[in-house]
Amino acid sequence: MVKVDGSGSQSSLIQARDLDKTYRRGGEEIDVLQGLNLDVEAGEFVAFMGPSGSGKSTLLNLLGGLDVPTRGRITVAGDEITHMSSGRLTEWRARHVGFIFQMYNLIPVLTAFQNVELPLLLTKLSKAERRSHVETALGVVGLSDRMNHYPRQLSGGQEQRVTIARAIVSDPTFLLCDEPTGDLDRKSADDVMTIIEELVGRHHKTVLMVTHDPVVAARASSILHLDKGVLVEGKHTTPLTGAGGVA
Amino acid sequence: MKFARIILANLLRKKVRLLLTIGSFAVALFLFAFLAVVNDAFQRGADVAGADRLVIINRTSIINPLPLSYRDKILRIPGVKVITHNNWFGAVYKDEKNFFPQFVIDPENQRQVIPELLVPDDQWNAFVKDRQGAIVGARTAERFGWKIGDRVPLMVTIWGTGNWEFNIDGIYHGKRPQDDETQFWLQWDYFQEHVSAGIKGQVGWYVLRLDSPDDAVRVSKAIDAEFANSPFETKTETESAFLANWVKQFGNIKFLIITIGTIVFLTLLLVTGNTMAISVRERTPEFAVFKAIGYSDRAVLFFVLAESLIIALIGGILGLLSSVVAVPVLAKGLNGLLPALVLSPSTLVLGLILAILVGLISGMLPGLTAMHMRVVTALRRV
Ligand SMILES: Nc1ncnc2c1ncn2[C@@H]1O[C@H](COP(=O)(O)OP(=O)(O)O)[C@@H](O)[C@H]1O
Ligand SMILES: [Mg+2]
Repeated sequence: MVKVDGSGSQSSLIQARDLDKTYRRGGEEIDVLQGLNLDVEAGEFVAFMGPSGSGKSTLLNLLGGLDVPTRGRITVAGDEITHMSSGRLTEWRARHVGFIFQMYNLIPVLTAFQNVELPLLLTKLSKAERRSHVETALGVVGLSDRMNHYPRQLSGGQEQRVTIARAIVSDPTFLLCDEPTGDLDRKSADDVMTIIEELVGRHHKTVLMVTHDPVVAARASSILHLDKGVLVEGKHTTPLTGAGGVA
Repeated sequence: MKFARIILANLLRKKVRLLLTIGSFAVALFLFAFLAVVNDAFQRGADVAGADRLVIINRTSIINPLPLSYRDKILRIPGVKVITHNNWFGAVYKDEKNFFPQFVIDPENQRQVIPELLVPDDQWNAFVKDRQGAIVGARTAERFGWKIGDRVPLMVTIWGTGNWEFNIDGIYHGKRPQDDETQFWLQWDYFQEHVSAGIKGQVGWYVLRLDSPDDAVRVSKAIDAEFANSPFETKTETESAFLANWVKQFGNIKFLIITIGTIVFLTLLLVTGNTMAISVRERTPEFAVFKAIGYSDRAVLFFVLAESLIIALIGGILGLLSSVVAVPVLAKGLNGLLPALVLSPSTLVLGLILAILVGLISGMLPGLTAMHMRVVTALRRV
């Protein structure tokens, strides 16, 4: 179970304790996260919601090791990442995190295959092994027939599916999705969410996702709201009602 | 290299820009090679000059003569092996545009003092016997289509008026590529027959060979001391010092060329630095993605540097190769106006090193920017 009160057990996959994040802009300080706690167990699918500017991306960036908290501690699979040097953090990201952002995920001058292969170039895998991993990943997202297409030759939904393939190709510990469907029409968003659901249901991936779309959030197993710098539990979702009341 | 494809794809992303940047390198390096060749031609003194040769001119200036009677006195100075003398002939072949240097020579000692300019023995013997004979450098012979046996009229300007006729008896070649193959030699005796009585027995300058180059300073001082306070005082220098002073008459060519060269490279640096900066800025979100998925800061710097280095190498090699093709053509066009234009391997190597340096420096600043850029800031900016 997801916990937001700091009561999670030592065995949680992801554990955040007393996270503060303060930005300094000009002379002004903005306290975005204030004593945030989070425990996520392996195999969970968590959606973060909250108004724009509430700190959802900030939280995801901290959990993904792209930024460091002002205070507090994050542990993933037993490794505390909050005190790693930026070089070690980079290596840690390569091994443990798959990222899916809202846009600009793909390198436009590389084909779908080459984009998905990027994380594997950092490993010791042989060319043949890389090929088979990339083909498997593209198969999972249903794009085996688009391997040699460039991003501009793909639809927005297909681009996000290639991004998912890249995020899973190195079999990371968990996936972080920041508004993965934010730029997509309803149908493409649906396809993307179906794939993410399959990753959780069939492949037992752990997924943390930010969205402000209640219909998208409803596909997660739990929904958390960011409110005044901390997380609060939302309703457990029932597909029909969604997460009503959240805009 | 498994990253080669990424670098290549990035290079080819804007083909027109790539071609223009490569073109800038090619033009700059071509210009560099050309300037270096011209500079070499003017500074050649040092590599043409024999280390064991001294040149003796009139202390007042090179256009003032020295008496022939000095020859035997100089020969008596210890350390002097052989001596020969020259006059500047300065005649015109058909048109003043057809300039080439003509020297009155002393056939007896010419080949002992200047052995690097080779004349086959049979041709030399024919020349020595032929009072109106001439030996001509291979480049000048080729330029005017002269062959052995041709009769050539030259119109004198300094030593009288009218045409003097010459028989081409031989053609000389330089032993080394930098040797001057444009000269025209005529005999001292023929010259003496035709000049007016007042200037008979006067030579333009002497060239001598020493027993050992180590004697240069001592012998020079001895010669100048010998003729001090005479109506014809001398100035004796090593051949390389003499040639260097000769070049100075044309102004400070080296300074001019270095200045132009520096401006060319600074411009190249600004142009390519700016292009790389734009190209990296456009790709900010892509670099952010690379870093997010685990590429290190150093890998990002490497991508940028590799790109600018490849551009520099391709452009530089193109420019230098075209100079290899073009310099001989230009040399032909400038026939006789300048000493032989030779593109030396060291110029090509230096050019390539400069291209690599400009490539590295122009990639360094944008590369460091990309390296230090933080993923979260980069992703927020877009
Ligand atoms: N690098 C930064 N510098 C200054 N302020 C920032 C920075 N990143 C985010 N913020 C501020 O922090 C708050 C939360 O931002 P963010 O996490 O992007 O919100 P969300 O993703 O929920 O819309 C916003 O007020 C935003 O302006
Ligand atoms: Mg956000």
